[in-house]
Amino acid sequence: MFTRFFFLLRAYGVPVTVTEWLALMRALAFGLALNDLQRFYSLARSVLVKSEAYYDQYDQAFLAAFEGIETPAVIAAEVWEWLQDPLGFPGLSDEERRRLVEELGEVDLDELRRLFEERLAEQTEAHHGGSRWIGVGGTSAFGHDGVHPGGIRVGGQGRSRTAVKVAAERRYRGYRTDVEVGTRQFELALRRLRQLSSRNEGLADELDLDETIEQTAENAGRLSLAWRKSRRNAVKVLLLMDVGGSMDPYARLCSSLFTATNRSSHFKDLRFYYFHNCVYDWLYADPGLARRTAVATNHVLHELPSDYKLIMVGDAAMATGELLSRYGIIWWGEANEEPGIEWLRRLRRHFDHSVWLNTIPADEWDRAYGAATIRIVREVFPMFELTVDGLTAAVRKLMVRY
Amino acid sequence: MPVYAGTRDYIAAPELMQTVNVAVQLGRPLLIKGEPGTGKTMLAQSIAEGLGLRLIAWSVKSTTKAQDGLYVYDTVQRLYDGQFGEGDVGDIKRYIKLGKLGEAFTSAERVVLLIDEIDKADLEFPNDLLWELDRMEFHIPETRETVVAVHRPIVLITSNAEKELPDAFLRRCVFHFIDFPDEAMMERIVRVHVPDLERRLLDLAVEAFYWVRSIPGLQKKPSTSELIDWVQALVGGGVDPQEVRRRLPFMGVLLKKDHDVELATAALGRRR
Repeated sequence: MFTRFFFLLRAYGVPVTVTEWLALMRALAFGLALNDLQRFYSLARSVLVKSEAYYDQYDQAFLAAFEGIETPAVIAAEVWEWLQDPLGFPGLSDEERRRLVEELGEVDLDELRRLFEERLAEQTEAHHGGSRWIGVGGTSAFGHDGVHPGGIRVGGQGRSRTAVKVAAERRYRGYRTDVEVGTRQFELALRRLRQLSSRNEGLADELDLDETIEQTAENAGRLSLAWRKSRRNAVKVLLLMDVGGSMDPYARLCSSLFTATNRSSHFKDLRFYYFHNCVYDWLYADPGLARRTAVATNHVLHELPSDYKLIMVGDAAMATGELLSRYGIIWWGEANEEPGIEWLRRLRRHFDHSVWLNTIPADEWDRAYGAATIRIVREVFPMFELTVDGLTAAVRKLMVRY
Repeated sequence: MPVYAGTRDYIAAPELMQTVNVAVQLGRPLLIKGEPGTGKTMLAQSIAEGLGLRLIAWSVKSTTKAQDGLYVYDTVQRLYDGQFGEGDVGDIKRYIKLGKLGEAFTSAERVVLLIDEIDKADLEFPNDLLWELDRMEFHIPETRETVVAVHRPIVLITSNAEKELPDAFLRRCVFHFIDFPDEAMMERIVRVHVPDLERRLLDLAVEAFYWVRSIPGLQKKPSTSELIDWVQALVGGGVDPQEVRRRLPFMGVLLKKDHDVELATAALGRRR
């Protein structure tokens, strides 16, 4: 059950490694949580899980592994068994086995076993009122053999909720990144858009020692300090966002992406333009698409060099005519001599790196309204869904070097 | 091994206290995440106080480099001294200034080292500290000295999750996410800061506070420190508890953005 927990965590998507698993063993050997399931729950979580984004998956795995258990007595027995043969841990990959060997090299296994045995022995003493085990409200089921899977109930220190119940509440559901999209997580993903500049831009604020020596020598020994420019993020971003019409339900999602990107001011340059459904001759600086803020798409293409990273945001769902026909633009008063798809291809060709972020979840692309145009746009742009995971993948795509 | 059990002016949830002790025993850095105002930085003070240790705080800024925490070699000063014949430039040690991490390592007693808001710095920052925090030592090539921690400091790291931390770094840490306090916990926290407070006013203020936080679309939800300020404003202004619920007096203390004040006012109108 205990080793099963490790693999359950993995199965639920918590990235646990053997390093952390071994740390948990050490914590247990120190006697930090052996007979209070609530304590075990939070101990294991603090050692194994490194982001609140995985708390929910942890809860689910915990529930699956320990449902019906009221004391970790059984767990202790299994830990003991595991310590006899740590490498016999089933289901590890070769890479992990190698890592585990490495980690075990740094841990005194005998010491760990001895400590653990002590704990087990102490637990029997706790029977007689030992105080070292904080939170022991009752008896324990340990003998020297360390096996008594019957598991006598151990009180939860007046706290009425058992760990399994806490896990079952799934309080952290809201922190999952694959479900929830928050501005902060967007920012986080966008911060990966980062590429250090060469040393020929920016402020000279680092002492160049070699150059200083050189110049000082030339200066006949009189000190002459030389400074050089430090490296900074050189990424330039062009963001084109779809507003209005079929995008209205996603307006909030997009505006949060907008603020997120805007706040991460570490880009060298960041440009925003808006469009409706598809890009044609004009882009707009204003989300209301006010005519006076219009900029010719050609002008943007001309003005921005190809090293700008282009991020398109939109659902790519429209009538096929809007994408494929001349004069397909949905607005009266404007006419496009070239079909929208040509404009999209032109954008794609102009910029070295570009992606399309779709507000529609990826698993609906085939059947959502606009599935036909989504398919066509996907042939032009690499498309990702607008979730944290999707954005992360998109950013990775943008940073690929050719 | 000393056990941390909270301090008088800092209320820690049992889970958090346990996690602190786990980190201390395992000798691993404790990484604390949580919304602003959940008391991440105060925790370090409380741990130091609770265990009777000195606190060394290293506030990380966007320009902070890992090297700053170890030591700084003042080359320019040395060059100038050499130029003008001042001081003993042969003694490199005079130009090596230890950073906060260096200070924590060389301290004669065990200390609590707080690395505050680690996510503000460059993405590589945590990785650059990995080895030093793991081995608790670093080498100064200029003087060919190795600084080894006299006592392994208790390392507390806070993060607002602005940047994701590298996996290798995370593997070495013990992690705890501070939940936003529930109402009962919040009342206790407020009591600590504003001791003689009328029960009814406290209840109503806390209730109104959670109501404000629940308004959808807020740009910046009020946090604990804003609630404390607000309660103090309510007490100072002699506000009738009845009014608290009805019209949220001194709303500006809770909400700092025009947009949010508008939202709250509108929501207040609907509630009446």
